[in-house]
Amino acid sequence: MSVHITKVDVAKVAKLARLDMSEADLDRYTEQLAKMLDHFEDIDALDLSGVEPMSQPFPLVNVMRPDVEQPTLDRDEVLAMAPAAEQHRFRVPSILGIDL
Amino acid sequence: MTPRTAVDTAAGVRSGSLRAADVLEEHLARVAAREAEIHAFNLVTQDAARARAADIDRRVAAGEDPGPLAGVTIALKDNLCTRGVPTTCSSRILEGWKPPYDASVVERLAAAGAVFVGKTNLDEFAMGSSTENSAFGPTRNPLDTSRVPGGSSGGSAAAVAADFATVAIGSDTGGSIRQPAALCGVVGVKPTYGAVSRYGLIAFASSLDQIGPFTHTVEDAALLMEVISGHDARDSTSIPQPAMQLRQELGKGVEGLRIGRITDLPAGADPGIMACLDAAFAALEAQGASVVDVQVPAFTYGLTAYYLVAPAEASSNLARYDGVRFGMRVEAPDTNAMYSATRAAGFGDEVKRRIMIGTYALSAGYFDAYYGKALKIRRLIANDFAAAYAKADVLLTPTSPTVAFEFGSKGDNPLAMYLCDTYTIPTNLVGHPAMSVPFGTAELGLPAGVQIMAPTLGEPVMFRVAAALEEAAK
Repeated sequence: MSVHITKVDVAKVAKLARLDMSEADLDRYTEQLAKMLDHFEDIDALDLSGVEPMSQPFPLVNVMRPDVEQPTLDRDEVLAMAPAAEQHRFRVPSILGIDL
Repeated sequence: MTPRTAVDTAAGVRSGSLRAADVLEEHLARVAAREAEIHAFNLVTQDAARARAADIDRRVAAGEDPGPLAGVTIALKDNLCTRGVPTTCSSRILEGWKPPYDASVVERLAAAGAVFVGKTNLDEFAMGSSTENSAFGPTRNPLDTSRVPGGSSGGSAAAVAADFATVAIGSDTGGSIRQPAALCGVVGVKPTYGAVSRYGLIAFASSLDQIGPFTHTVEDAALLMEVISGHDARDSTSIPQPAMQLRQELGKGVEGLRIGRITDLPAGADPGIMACLDAAFAALEAQGASVVDVQVPAFTYGLTAYYLVAPAEASSNLARYDGVRFGMRVEAPDTNAMYSATRAAGFGDEVKRRIMIGTYALSAGYFDAYYGKALKIRRLIANDFAAAYAKADVLLTPTSPTVAFEFGSKGDNPLAMYLCDTYTIPTNLVGHPAMSVPFGTAELGLPAGVQIMAPTLGEPVMFRVAAALEEAAK
């Protein structure tokens, strides 16, 4: 596959992953990720045509439970562990760039 | 002094000849003497443990049976949720968080009469093979404190090796129970995927993670498996079958069993480690088993497949640490800036590296080249194992290519650390059970572990072989 990851790629990935990074971080991760991707090229030699992908080892499908009410977590106990809560809800900063 | 086993502890406490409170104090005394040096725990829950032990003694005195683990001291890896007790994953991002529920394994162990001594240290979010990646400092190997205990469940392995607790619980995504068990000279089991409920285990890579025990003996491991295995409706990947019965397998011997030697196993294990493996084959042959040669050609590609699949799943699982519902938050003017600042401050270097590689492998344009290919390699490995298990009942390999290594010896090279898991990773990719049993000493007189692998739900035959190896190692 011989993909060469660049600092621009790494900056984009960091943004997608919601990780603030300094220039020095970006340089270091670019170097480390490139080394890893080089190592991963060992699989390029394999003929994988016609091989069915395996996404999990023990396929169970449509795991259902009866549609009956069950106890849930205690709301106050859950909210007490949040960084900020208000009126029984999680409180977050502005989401649209407008502070209402 | 040989540590008291879980089997003996429970028998003693249930019969009234041993007090759970006394057993606990013996362990707490060892913790007081050595924990400052070893750092097996993120938290020692001695007050809660004393209350539980006293309650168990009270129940025995009242004629009740507290259960098959009555008075057995247990250390829990700090990625298992414990209601009201801090659970950190050895990460700053979860510092101070107290889960609002108990993991299913914690409930089952408690119902069986166990006494929880504390929460053990790990590589942050179980990503690592040395426990050097903990945000709260490394754990030291009780057998040689200049060396690592392995990882990621290094604290659990060290807690058992130092006899801070009779047994411990860990999690294994690519070898995180077996490798530290080998490096610390104890027994470690990764059960079949789905055999033990993961409800309340903080997710790293959901198609790979399994919970399992660390013990001094194979019989204790079998007992623990009997308590923690079995269907749980709260985990949708839980196999719908009852708890395993494994102690009944232990005396059956290995007469007539076929033990597979993988002739195309990736090279790189130290000579002393390979000598221990050869001795293990010879010991099983001497007890009536036959050794057969098998090939698993795709084994060698396991490492690459794993380091694409595991980070990809981790990048998704760890998206939940966003400063909204739990853990720390770094304040910022808007949510996107808050997420990015919180995650940058809360996650350590290795966790960020894996989130990055996983996000990259899943991103548009690269998905087929990386993640898609990795899933196909999983299938190749599964096919190769199926062919091998047509000829052999179990397969034996080294657990770790080396004995316990020195702190910092893998330097700043992530790949060097990843190679520690060469022999353990393939079983996670295919969901099979595997366990490490101490078998002899290798380089520098440090313990070597032999890994026994078996097909899906092959725990009964795996434990038979483990018991035979343990007997031969005496």
